[in-house]
Amino acid sequence: MVDRQSITTANPWVTNLARIQGIDQELPNVATYDLVLEDPAAAGAFEFQPGQFNMLYLPGFGEAAISISSDPGKLTSLQHTVRVAGNVTTALSRLHVGDQLGVRGPFGSAWPLEACRGKDVVIACGGIGLPPLRPLIYYLIQHRETFGRVHLLYGARTPGELLFTNEFQQWRAAGIEMAVTVDLGSDDWTGDIGVVPLLFHRLHLDSNQTIVMTCGPEVMMRFVIFEALARGIDPESIYLSMERNMQCAVGLCGACQLGPKFVCKDGPVFTYEQMEPYLMVGDL
Amino acid sequence: MNLAKLPIGSFVRIQKCDLQSLVADLKQVHDRVVGPREIDAAIVYDDLDHVDQLPIGVTDHQDGGVYRLTHQSSDSHFDYVVGPQSLKGFLFPPRETVSESVRTDGKWEIQATETPVMRIAVLGPRACDLRALAIQDKVFLEGPYVDPGYQRRRDALFIVAVNCRRSVATCFCHAMDCGPAVTSHFDLALTEMDDHFAVEIGTPAGGLAIEATSWVPMSEVEVAHAKQVPAALEESMQGGTSARQMETGGIRELLMDNLEHPRWQEVAERCLSCGNCTMVCPTCFCSSVDEVTDLSGDHVRRERSWASCFTAEHSYMHSGNVRKTTRSKYRQWLTHKLATWQDQFDSSGCTGCGRCITWCPVGIDLTEEVAAIRGE
Repeated sequence: MVDRQSITTANPWVTNLARIQGIDQELPNVATYDLVLEDPAAAGAFEFQPGQFNMLYLPGFGEAAISISSDPGKLTSLQHTVRVAGNVTTALSRLHVGDQLGVRGPFGSAWPLEACRGKDVVIACGGIGLPPLRPLIYYLIQHRETFGRVHLLYGARTPGELLFTNEFQQWRAAGIEMAVTVDLGSDDWTGDIGVVPLLFHRLHLDSNQTIVMTCGPEVMMRFVIFEALARGIDPESIYLSMERNMQCAVGLCGACQLGPKFVCKDGPVFTYEQMEPYLMVGDL
Repeated sequence: MNLAKLPIGSFVRIQKCDLQSLVADLKQVHDRVVGPREIDAAIVYDDLDHVDQLPIGVTDHQDGGVYRLTHQSSDSHFDYVVGPQSLKGFLFPPRETVSESVRTDGKWEIQATETPVMRIAVLGPRACDLRALAIQDKVFLEGPYVDPGYQRRRDALFIVAVNCRRSVATCFCHAMDCGPAVTSHFDLALTEMDDHFAVEIGTPAGGLAIEATSWVPMSEVEVAHAKQVPAALEESMQGGTSARQMETGGIRELLMDNLEHPRWQEVAERCLSCGNCTMVCPTCFCSSVDEVTDLSGDHVRRERSWASCFTAEHSYMHSGNVRKTTRSKYRQWLTHKLATWQDQFDSSGCTGCGRCITWCPVGIDLTEEVAAIRGE
């Protein structure tokens, strides 16, 4: 069961101001923004679960739904890893340390921490799909003894587009079994070449004992799901994070609908069992 | 004031000429009293100073893409059915500021906006629109997040409903189990009889409002006679051509099991993707939020406005629009309205008001589309 937010009567349009404390330029078009909420009360009350997102607001430009990419146990600041894609993220890319922006959230469902307890975990992600899973990775590392084997399958188009590479060593040392692949190698790349779903071929999974979590381009997630199903993993043990247009993030604007689901409040994390009737229907 | 005189569910009768006294009383305690008015050849809601402004003697003819008013010499106050507007705009305004940001010396301040609430009394909503109100209440008030502006406007709304005594060809409230009898979500409900109105008390506030008018109690026989008005209409709607028909049994599975049905392409070839159906629909709730700034960029409003699943922006993502074709947009609209709405809100999103049929410029008829997918 995906965790659901409890009912709230607070005004969902209330936006907290945050200050950019740090910017890590991960790639030419991807940066991690470290945000501190200005209001001490709001900062003190802020909690999130791995997989949840905030609406980042730049007055005059609008909002963008961005998942939180930092450690859920470290709440002094909140990191958001953003790829320049549209109007808002382009404006965000022009901001500097010390600048302000608005934050509404956190919103949405989370990765299934409870369901993973005692199980083997496969995290399969591509490109900008890793940041929404990084809070989960931190959590798994901090509670490593609670889980069985933890596999991280990660891919990017080129070696230069891999995110968080400076943390890989640490993650491996903490007991995360990593396999990293790229679509297109470079002269100094000695690792795997190929798409993420292919990495399943070298795993020996106990189908009743495994939870799969995936985030990335929809086409990648479809093939990850295909590989997981082929290994006998139940649709309710496969979790994916979906993305749609969001105007409100609280289920009132209707823009993020996918079949009967509101991606903002029912998701973004769904089980494949929930998404199965809709994921393969074109243009839904 | 003795409230016990007029308990909820009781009926009183008022003379037709005394409707004005009710309107005048409502004006005392509300910022606006609105009712049906004939403006630009359509029945719309507008401010009502006097019942003389009601479209007395007007009847309407509606069909796919057709709306015409006819004037007769009759004293019937409410013998037209629904116009293009519903209660939606009073509670979920077409455009509304949700937050405001001001930048002073390089520092932003952001405030969620609380627009002052107008206390509005509405005369004239029919059973289909009261059901639509109940459906929108579920969307805006009963989910994990409450829409604060809707809540405040809803709390301040006073409703004088009207039982229909005729239908037009686009009506199918009977098929959606939404009418024509007014059964809930009203303060007062009128049934127009030959020379008077039967008034049902729906709430204590409704009882108070009618107290000030000249009324007489109704006998059981008279109440039964009044209730017979919508009952007779329902019978005639079920029977024949005075209304559309729609078979709703298993409609969720019917539509969701047929997401690749060729009919979606067929209807897409007629659909203009104009979004009229979503604008006139009393339950459609989609919205978008836009930034409105002054020239300095220091004053910014976020404005929420009605949106439509028929636009490209509605499904916009950085990777491209999800629904690129009219086929996928119409499919989204119809499956949401009739099928996935049930998953989301435990009811259909359709009340059978027929507006989407009437106001479709090419007369696309959802009852016909459902029947086609059903293979009829």
